[in-house]
Amino acid sequence: MVDRSGCDERVTSSGIPVASLYTEDDLTGFNPAVQLGQPGRPPFTRGPYETMYRGRPWTMRQFAGFGSAEETNARYRFLLEQGQTALSVAFDLPTQLGYDSSHSMAEAEVGRVGVAIDTADDMTDLFNGLPLDQLSVNFTINATAPIILAFYVVAAERQRADRANLSGTLQNDLLKEFLARKAFIFPPAPSMRLVADVIEWSLSNLPRFNPISITGYHAREAGCTAVQELGLTMASAVAYAEELISRGLGFDSFAPRFSFHFATTMNLFEEVAKLRAARRMWHDIATTRFDSGDEQSGRLRFFSGNSGTTLTAAQPLNNVVRSTIQCLGAVLGGAQSIHVMGYDEAFEIPTEEAVTLSLRTQQIVAHESGVADTVDPFAGSYYVESLTNELERRAGDVLADVDRLGGAVRALERGEPQRWIAAEAYRQERMISDGTTTKVGVNRFVDESETRHEPRLFSLDSDVGERQIARTEARRAARNGRAVQVALSELGDAVSGSANVMPPLIHAARAGVTLGEASNVMRAEFGEFQEPSPW
Amino acid sequence: MSPPRVLLAKPGLDGHDRGVKVIAMALRDAGAEIIYLGLRQSAAQIVRAAQQENADIIACSVLSGAHLALSRQLLDERERQMLGDVPVVIGGTIPLSDVAVLEQAGIAAVYPTGSSLSEVVSGILEQARRTAGGWNG
Repeated sequence: MVDRSGCDERVTSSGIPVASLYTEDDLTGFNPAVQLGQPGRPPFTRGPYETMYRGRPWTMRQFAGFGSAEETNARYRFLLEQGQTALSVAFDLPTQLGYDSSHSMAEAEVGRVGVAIDTADDMTDLFNGLPLDQLSVNFTINATAPIILAFYVVAAERQRADRANLSGTLQNDLLKEFLARKAFIFPPAPSMRLVADVIEWSLSNLPRFNPISITGYHAREAGCTAVQELGLTMASAVAYAEELISRGLGFDSFAPRFSFHFATTMNLFEEVAKLRAARRMWHDIATTRFDSGDEQSGRLRFFSGNSGTTLTAAQPLNNVVRSTIQCLGAVLGGAQSIHVMGYDEAFEIPTEEAVTLSLRTQQIVAHESGVADTVDPFAGSYYVESLTNELERRAGDVLADVDRLGGAVRALERGEPQRWIAAEAYRQERMISDGTTTKVGVNRFVDESETRHEPRLFSLDSDVGERQIARTEARRAARNGRAVQVALSELGDAVSGSANVMPPLIHAARAGVTLGEASNVMRAEFGEFQEPSPW
Repeated sequence: MSPPRVLLAKPGLDGHDRGVKVIAMALRDAGAEIIYLGLRQSAAQIVRAAQQENADIIACSVLSGAHLALSRQLLDERERQMLGDVPVVIGGTIPLSDVAVLEQAGIAAVYPTGSSLSEVVSGILEQARRTAGGWNG
């Protein structure tokens, strides 16, 4: 054994002890043929595809949306001109929570953190001149995901795009809303039903579209550790699979369409280990828990976003460096698509300048650093392999804890995982306060002469809400009232019965039904969820 | 002297509740009584709860950028419900240029991104004790 005395103690962000040196002793019993396999082959530890970035670079997908459909459309055109390769739509809070822009709860929120979408016409304007049969589009939408999907399908119809060619991802992961992101509307049980309706309909109608992105990112941003992020994501995936199986679907009919979403934060090796462990873990769940007979089902593909909570208001340019390290972690972990945060996001949604720098960060990592030249370069590293094993083992314990609570849905109804996250967030904040965790510019290397200065910030037109309300009112006035009533009543029948909500939602979208009207039909039937106490 | 009573809430539609929960736990550990109303609270609900709970301070967290309008609603509602002696403080992703605007409008303290945990906790406790002291005196 190596003498490791005489060194101070170090741990990863999940509290896993880190030795000062790793050797072959740390990989006793390690069997590369079983634990790694070949890239593109089970258990997919080394990546979901054989050639990885040598075959195709990752998708550079900056999350964007603000103001009205026209303003966001202009930003998309700008990003595509700069070399971005796909789109990712941010919606404003009223759209996420099922309120039209004219609703009293929407005051001051219209177009603020994303684009305001009230109707299929808005969605049509959003993609004006952007061919949906050629562009992959990611939609960060959850509680109102079925309605937004219907609007998207109708916008594609109006472009005469073939549904068979629509590609992209709908986030559609409600469990992580209860867990961390908190943009839920309905209680967990009807939420699970809507998620499953969307997946089931997409399987037979949108063959190239991922109808769900199972997400650990928000739990991580809300404060949990890398280990908890991994375990909780797998617990959600298991719950969705069980819901779909309970409808009579075979695991292998839907599992290949599951996509995943993880955070990549600052502890580089732990993040890489987490992403490698995620692939092995999902393959294990697919084959042992669900008896999958199709290799595609266990092939985990994921999107990674950098962490906004690691960014600091102090010395904001330091955030460019943080984002670069996190982008590197996502690439070394084998991400299929990546978002890099703007350095000004501790203050506001990013300016065009900051977004361009984020895209350039990805391009420099991809084309100058050489890290994408070979597949899974950390394979066989004493440290990274032992950390990958440890992440998998500890995340398995988290999954077992959720199983003991009756699965993800029951656990979240009781508020238990939410409490784990809050407790961990508080622990991390105290570690920054007492200096145990170093934050450069915040608790070490502070520039005493620094008066807080902000970069030039994004500013939203103050009349965006009024313009959006006027536009929607004009569109409502131009509708065929009878067709709207018929569509809403059809939707009501589906919602209160057991028919899939997607066909009536698409009819409703064509008839000009608004997002708020469709949401109200669901609210009337399902009610709204109240969070259990956080303590 | 009884512990200061701090009412915390998330007004508007924003769901980012990491910050408000951390502040609540730190205030509790510092000896305060915590009343956390949770997400998507209207200004009227928040002020009514402050009255019913006999709160010494109202502390709100907003990370959606809607802090100016939501603060205005809170201050209007506080006046309408005649709770003018209970200070309102706000924290979140608030640009520096808005801090003075909020303070002039009547927000007792603003904690933008980058405020330290101890600064927020001691600031809220001091304001709350002043309110409680005023009532006692």
